Amino acid sequence: MEIFAQQLVNGLVLGSIYALVALGYTMVYGILGLINFAHGDITMVGALVALTAVQLLAAAGLPAPVVLLLAGAVAIIVCATLGVTIERTAYRPLRRAPRLAPLITAIGVSILLQYTAALIWGKQYIAMPEIIKPERITLLGAQLTTLQAAIFVLACAIMAGLLWFIHSSRMGRAMRATEQNPEIAGLMGVNINTVIAFTFVLGSAIGAVAGLMVVLYYGLGHYFMGFMLGLKAFTAAVLGGIGNVAGAMLGGLLLGVIESLASGYIGDLTGGVLGSNYRDIFAFLVLVLVLVLKPSGLMGQHSGDRA
Amino acid sequence: MTGFPAELFSSLSTRNVLLRRITWFVVLALLLAAPFLIEAVLGRSWVRITDVAMLFIMLALGLNIVVGFAGLLDLGYIAFFAVGAYCYALLASPQFGLHWPFLALLPLGAGVAAIFGILLGAPTLRLRGDYLAIVTLGFGEIIRVLLNNLNRPVNITNGPQGITLIDPLQLGSFSLAKTHSVLGLSFTPVHSYYYVFLACAVLSLLISLRLESSRIGRAWIAIREDELAASAMGINTRNMKLLAFAMGATFGGVAGGLFASFQGFVSPESFHLIDSIMVLCMVVLGGMGNVAGVIIGAILLTVLPEALRYIGPLQQRWLGEVVVDPADLRMLLFGLALVLMMLLRPSGLIPARRRAIPRPNPKTAEATDAAG
Repeated sequence: MEIFAQQLVNGLVLGSIYALVALGYTMVYGILGLINFAHGDITMVGALVALTAVQLLAAAGLPAPVVLLLAGAVAIIVCATLGVTIERTAYRPLRRAPRLAPLITAIGVSILLQYTAALIWGKQYIAMPEIIKPERITLLGAQLTTLQAAIFVLACAIMAGLLWFIHSSRMGRAMRATEQNPEIAGLMGVNINTVIAFTFVLGSAIGAVAGLMVVLYYGLGHYFMGFMLGLKAFTAAVLGGIGNVAGAMLGGLLLGVIESLASGYIGDLTGGVLGSNYRDIFAFLVLVLVLVLKPSGLMGQHSGDRA
Repeated sequence: MTGFPAELFSSLSTRNVLLRRITWFVVLALLLAAPFLIEAVLGRSWVRITDVAMLFIMLALGLNIVVGFAGLLDLGYIAFFAVGAYCYALLASPQFGLHWPFLALLPLGAGVAAIFGILLGAPTLRLRGDYLAIVTLGFGEIIRVLLNNLNRPVNITNGPQGITLIDPLQLGSFSLAKTHSVLGLSFTPVHSYYYVFLACAVLSLLISLRLESSRIGRAWIAIREDELAASAMGINTRNMKLLAFAMGATFGGVAGGLFASFQGFVSPESFHLIDSIMVLCMVVLGGMGNVAGVIIGAILLTVLPEALRYIGPLQQRWLGEVVVDPADLRMLLFGLALVLMMLLRPSGLIPARRRAIPRPNPKTAEATDAAG
């Protein structure tokens, strides 16, 4: 039972990060019908920028909360700019092209980001300076660090804020209108291009925060870290019903828990035959199962063969 | 360096049968002499690169069936290559002490790969476009993770170390791993393998060309253009899509078996997502669905990265240090090429003819009329 509670807590924390990244996929998919393959790598750029900023600022001797806030701000600005640039140069010209074209472009952008990052930061793992010393707390028999708790709370706050924003603000309404039907939304006076660019800014900024969380949580950054993270977040988005913002949140948390529990118990269940090195397979299995059995996901209205 | 299909020359020689025969003869002679010419001009290492290019032609032609003809975006294609390679490696190496002849193993590898193709295709029949891409990507990764981890509890794939000492292609006592001397020419292994790979690549080319104009090929193209209309016309889209996956996988399986015998060593490291993407690049660069374009794409993308290796020493000489690792530069250019191709020339260097038709641009319509 203790192991169960522990894995559940770990899964929820990890899942909240997945959920944040998944938001970027799901918002862009909802509006453009495009899998923004490069989103995981935008998160990676956010993570590495934040890491570098923390290294520089910590060396300057600033207190830890200020360092984190500034690093987060820098990462958000860089990622938002990056996201909107990518949309403008790579995706916008292809909006009316056959469906394969933007997808292949997205793969190209993803490779470009990865290897540009490899040029800038090198290919080795980069260690995060330990600027905060998390304390341990015990909750329902599970060990939990204050860092984990902070990540989870912040992620939930961002998600709640986003839900409120989409449902209550003027821009949020424009986003929902564009998602339903871009042409009609345009006729109703919504500036589609602004809405789409804004969606990329929003998704990338949230991705940047998720990137900062990842380097804080694992203490490591790497130019290829966006790939797996992106895939899992995409799985989370599909699990929740792609295009559905609340679904992405649910999917992210669920995927984190599934992965955590499965890799925690697989050794016991199979008598030690399969180990936690199969961890990364679970996300794919979930993805395939969802797409085969319920392509619209848990909360989505879109069907899988809409693509 | 490699064979161009007849259609490239057809506009030159339709009226002149003699000219056509001469062209074919020259092409054939060049192809047969290629390894020796390349060795004389560029050195032995380039013969090896030529061999690899042949393998990639097979792979690209296989993926072209899935992506180009049937329009199913497959991002895990390298998994079939891996299945073929491991199939050969496990049954012709000291790993299990088995040494089956390659004549049995290559068809077996093709068959096993085809089964994997159907395994991948069956659950994903309902999916199209980007969803399919992600699932195939996941499939490719699952295969690689399995290859990496199937070394315990029972050691099957030997894990990340891979399988070594794989048998070369051999018939009786005649082994391609030895250097043979014929008519004063010495055939080192890379030379001998060239001819085997050339034969296989040409065979793949012929199969591709025949398939394209066959009933099956036309059905695939119909599905690519409009699946609903295709099924309304009486095409069994389920079977046709499965067939596309299976056929594509077959090419990959054979190429994988050849690769294993050629290298003498396989490890999961050779079958990354990035390799799938590279093969996809070849297909996209050349022009999805166009066999000649795909071959040119495969050659370009095998040769260019090798040529980029010379960039490292050049940087050393001009800038005093290696600023950009050539391997990274290669990937950067890949990414850039994918983006630019889609933005500037989405139908590839040589677009497939049938793709050009529905475009309502009067200029292209005229050009198509003139060409056809």
